[in-house]
Amino acid sequence: MELIKIATAGSVDDGKSTLIGRLLYETGSLKTDQIQHIEEKSTARGFGYLDLSLATDGLLTEREQGITIDVSHIFFSTPKRRFIIADSPGHVEYTRNMVTGTSNAQASIILIDARKGVIEQTKRHFFITQLLGIKQIIFAVNKMDLVDYNEAIFNEIKSALLILTEKHGKEGVNYYFTPVSALHNENIIDASEKLHWHKGAPLLSLIESLPIETNKAHDGAFQIQYVIRPKREELHDYRGFAGNVRSGSFTVGDPINIHPTGRKSIIKRIEKYGNPVDKITAGENGTILLVDEIDASRGDSILNQQANINKGKSLSATFCWMQDSPLAVGNKYWLQQGVQRSLVKVKSLRSKIDLQALEHQQTNQLELNDIGKGALALAQPIISKSYADNPALGAFILIDPQTFNTAGVGFIEKA
Amino acid sequence: MSILKQLEEESIYIIREVAGQFNNPCLLFSGGKDSITLLHLAQKAFAPASIPFPLVHIDTGHNFPETIALRDKLVAEHDLRLIIGSVQDDINAGNVIEEKGKHASRNSLQTTTLLNTIESYKFDACMGGARRDEEKARAKERVFSVRDDFGQWNEKLQRPELFDMLNGMIQNGENVRVFPISNWTELDVWDYIRQEKLEIPTIYYAHEREVFLRDNQWMPVSKYVQVEDNDKRQVTSVRFRTVGDMSCTAAVLSEATALDDIIEEIGGSKFSERGARMDDRRSEAAMEERKKVGYF
Repeated sequence: MELIKIATAGSVDDGKSTLIGRLLYETGSLKTDQIQHIEEKSTARGFGYLDLSLATDGLLTEREQGITIDVSHIFFSTPKRRFIIADSPGHVEYTRNMVTGTSNAQASIILIDARKGVIEQTKRHFFITQLLGIKQIIFAVNKMDLVDYNEAIFNEIKSALLILTEKHGKEGVNYYFTPVSALHNENIIDASEKLHWHKGAPLLSLIESLPIETNKAHDGAFQIQYVIRPKREELHDYRGFAGNVRSGSFTVGDPINIHPTGRKSIIKRIEKYGNPVDKITAGENGTILLVDEIDASRGDSILNQQANINKGKSLSATFCWMQDSPLAVGNKYWLQQGVQRSLVKVKSLRSKIDLQALEHQQTNQLELNDIGKGALALAQPIISKSYADNPALGAFILIDPQTFNTAGVGFIEKA
Repeated sequence: MSILKQLEEESIYIIREVAGQFNNPCLLFSGGKDSITLLHLAQKAFAPASIPFPLVHIDTGHNFPETIALRDKLVAEHDLRLIIGSVQDDINAGNVIEEKGKHASRNSLQTTTLLNTIESYKFDACMGGARRDEEKARAKERVFSVRDDFGQWNEKLQRPELFDMLNGMIQNGENVRVFPISNWTELDVWDYIRQEKLEIPTIYYAHEREVFLRDNQWMPVSKYVQVEDNDKRQVTSVRFRTVGDMSCTAAVLSEATALDDIIEEIGGSKFSERGARMDDRRSEAAMEERKKVGYF
């Protein structure tokens, strides 16, 4: 069975929680005590139906306000697939949560209220999916019951979405447009008679069959997380570089070099958890042993000698800012790419994106939830690629050197 | 890659990040199936070396003896370092006051002992076996969850976690709770225990035990639970789905004496795992409230 992570986004009151609750309920993922809880609450609130949004609205603060404030991870499965839904809230002020939720997703569902059509939030959500390079996007037009399941209204919304995707969509993205009523379970699990005019598959079948993308970059890059040196006599000379293959693959006998020292060596042995293996590929962990006694430590990288990877001390990126104190020229941060870190200084800021008009405008700082472009100078060289070419080496976080909070995220642009 | 393999890779990556980023981490070990899984993952992560951090058991003093027996066996077999934080010691020292009455439990008292242990050993990261599918407040938990000087979790100030990049930089006095098996489900843990042939406390398997029915839950009779005269005691075949304290963990009626039977039973269960934890049933937001004051 496969696992797919899907990010959901929508605005306040467009029924996102109800949609997720519906998927959980209909796939049998809610247990009796959870359903009981929903029944009791629904009755207490005077609803004549099951308020399935209660299945996901987690925290006390949220329940008091009837909103979702943080990324929530929701699990369900069908015989075909395992799903992890990263449910991000739709408020303007919580854009950072949407970027966070979407960063680990392979697909995105953007909800639209059939009565309201494409609004600013829709554009913002779509823009973020494109920034993160999401290749599978479902526009789910919800609350079709409130517009009498009217085909013309759906088509009008679809046309508006097509204009948006044409103008701001990246290459190679698949779009799916689907009308639903989460409240009345129309076109969620089964094809809907009320939406008989819609030719596509119901939402559940759709997400069961979405293609799952993998990182296709060939550059062999392995980041060292920890050096294993057993304190046992018989393993006295053992020096294993434990880490994770960011992209490409490594095979026993491969010639490699170490970043940043540039030292060359050959892979003597690869282990997975104490046992020898021939090869490790992108996304996998491993422990690499080299033929030479070479010094390397956490944060260093083992690179395939043929790999075409940037090792510079400057880079241009698109940033999404996630903390109150702004990103400004001259500020210093810790940059973390995978497990490597370097101090950086903001060299320049070119522009920020007006998320209403989706246009670039000049700026000298980025505030919380702003997205903009700029350049960094690095204290130490890091290995990198553009986010478009190799997502595993193309994204980084910036850490505030005073509070140590994760202050923002950056996506490296092509040099 | 199978889902189980994918989850194992993710968890080991996280555990290695903990060893790489922190000076003095530890693994919170309750002896339950989740922490046994976590311990096994940690052993894999650093093979052929032994794990570079100690186990910490916050001992309520009301544990099932079977759990303690297995804990001690694992520690001896794998040459592990075990640190015990004792709730009883904190009660004796007057740091906490024992709850009274028939619903008394030492569950919430654990928080004080946990925080004291973290402080006295100066742990900067504590790994735990919590999973996002367990409970609503857990679903919002980060993999690296920063706690302030008071051990508090503030859901509004959580650091965003992007891609697989884990930010463990902290201020003096802060510490991080780490949840390497966040994305596992209850069933994944069981499947993994079967695949890796892990030993778990015998109370997870069906056995004859004296129980009584309270609030629709089968509570084990023990000296730690106040059984009232009108509570009907009976001996029947039960097993436990989670292993908390004897005072707050209810049993389920079961004939499942083998792992395959347990897995089949859980796959078809109508009740959620934490439904059998009286500590969660106290109020709708029981877990969230406990997390805010420093619970696991």
